[in-house]
Amino acid sequence: MKPFRMLGRSIRDAVKSVIRNFSLSLASISCITITLIIVAIGIMASLNVKNFTEAIEKDMTIVVFLKNDATAEDAIEVEKEIKKISNVEKYTYQTKKEIKEKMQSESEVFKTVLNNWEEDESPLKDTYQVKVKNINQIKETALKIEKIDKVAVVRYGEGMVDKMVKAFASVEKVTYGIVIGLILVTVFLIINTIKLTISARRKEIGIMRLVGASNLTIKLPFIIEGMILGLLGSIVPVLVTTYGYYAFYRHFDGYLYSRLIQLIKPEPFIYQASIAIVAIGILVGMIGSASAVKKYLKI
Amino acid sequence: MDLIRIKNVEKKYKNGVTAIYDLNLAIEKGSFVFVIGGSGSGKSTLIKMLYREEKPTKGQVIVGGLDVAKLKNKKVYKLRRKLGIVFQDYRLLPKLTVYENVAFALECIGEKRDIIRIKVLKALEDVGLKNKVHEYPDNLSGGEQQRVAIARAIVNDPKLLLCDEPTGNLDPEKSMEIMRVLDSINKTRGTTIIMATHDKEIVNKMKKQVITLKDGHLVKFKQKGTYAE
Repeated sequence: MKPFRMLGRSIRDAVKSVIRNFSLSLASISCITITLIIVAIGIMASLNVKNFTEAIEKDMTIVVFLKNDATAEDAIEVEKEIKKISNVEKYTYQTKKEIKEKMQSESEVFKTVLNNWEEDESPLKDTYQVKVKNINQIKETALKIEKIDKVAVVRYGEGMVDKMVKAFASVEKVTYGIVIGLILVTVFLIINTIKLTISARRKEIGIMRLVGASNLTIKLPFIIEGMILGLLGSIVPVLVTTYGYYAFYRHFDGYLYSRLIQLIKPEPFIYQASIAIVAIGILVGMIGSASAVKKYLKI
Repeated sequence: MDLIRIKNVEKKYKNGVTAIYDLNLAIEKGSFVFVIGGSGSGKSTLIKMLYREEKPTKGQVIVGGLDVAKLKNKKVYKLRRKLGIVFQDYRLLPKLTVYENVAFALECIGEKRDIIRIKVLKALEDVGLKNKVHEYPDNLSGGEQQRVAIARAIVNDPKLLLCDEPTGNLDPEKSMEIMRVLDSINKTRGTTIIMATHDKEIVNKMKKQVITLKDGHLVKFKQKGTYAE
């Protein structure tokens, strides 16, 4: 029962103190709010980037076009060679006929155009579609395949997709930097807020020491105060996260610019993000006040 | 049994001043001891070492079985719960009533509400302030404020009550009132009282044990002593 009594007392004192130093509390809360909004945007942006870059990477395929004169036996030879390459995860084989049928089923234009060609004058080629284990070595793997006899051309998602993924990765890094900087500023502001409450209660703390309050009992109200500031500061960011992301998702209909960039579905993503934001808010408040208590309550 | 034992204690402050030289003392449980001496005699330092505001530079200070010199900062509260302390300047919280001020000492250590009530009222009765429970300290006279401070010091039933010039701010009449309260606490509760003072009249009237310090040295330790130069 005793720990609960002490906790109740600490919470009461902490709430009192937040209200008593309202203007400074408000400053800290606003700072936490701004920080957390940016943190929230950062979290959601980076998770989305991660989500679609992973999707893109999963989709990256090496397409191996065989030479026009390749026979079915040649195709089997090529398959053997592809199998030998260690980075190859799996591959599928499509004959020109299969490709033709697939293209025709997808588009009316192709249907008529492709019908004009006979089997042996078709511009289409027999292909292998190869998926790799490690996306970073896709270039080397492609080069190896190109050297195989009877292979005409090798194509993989070089160029634009690659560059886009890299660009997003650097955006992610910059976001992290800004977020960390803002968190530090907020921690300093909380240290100042708590420092003020400590100095306002110096006399009380002195008496607490004299009558035998343990150090934890003396420190707890201040740490809880920091946590309350963090909690109050995370209300607006949580609202921004939930409603903002919903609106964003609906506005773009789940895709950004192209079908390539697929957004994460709002549920349960926004709830997870909200929990993370509240946790960061409380933690920042706690760290700030704990270090203030450590610095200014040398007991 | 001795409640306090002081062995070969020396206290040297960081600024180089030595306040206590090689002090040896034993104070029995239930006794009432005056510590007298002029300014700079080391009496305040002695009191401060007993509640570990200051640590001795050398030697041992044992209070109720706890070695004060070895007590870690985190564990100081264990010592403080065994003793009550009264200061010259009362140190009451102005925003709390008399009752709340005394109850504060028990709330800080997590006592139950109903036990707090019983103990606080008993302590206030012992100092004769039962009719001023809901007053604020600023509305009380100096003597009354000091009695509230005493009530706060004894509310947790400590074995030892330390008083650092408790009558320093009071006129002789109020001072005697405080002394009567302390004497009755010593007799009825059996609390050991150590009181630093330079009030000759009080020491001479009370006829208690007297420790005389001069320039950091123990000059005399007398039963039923008086204030002798």
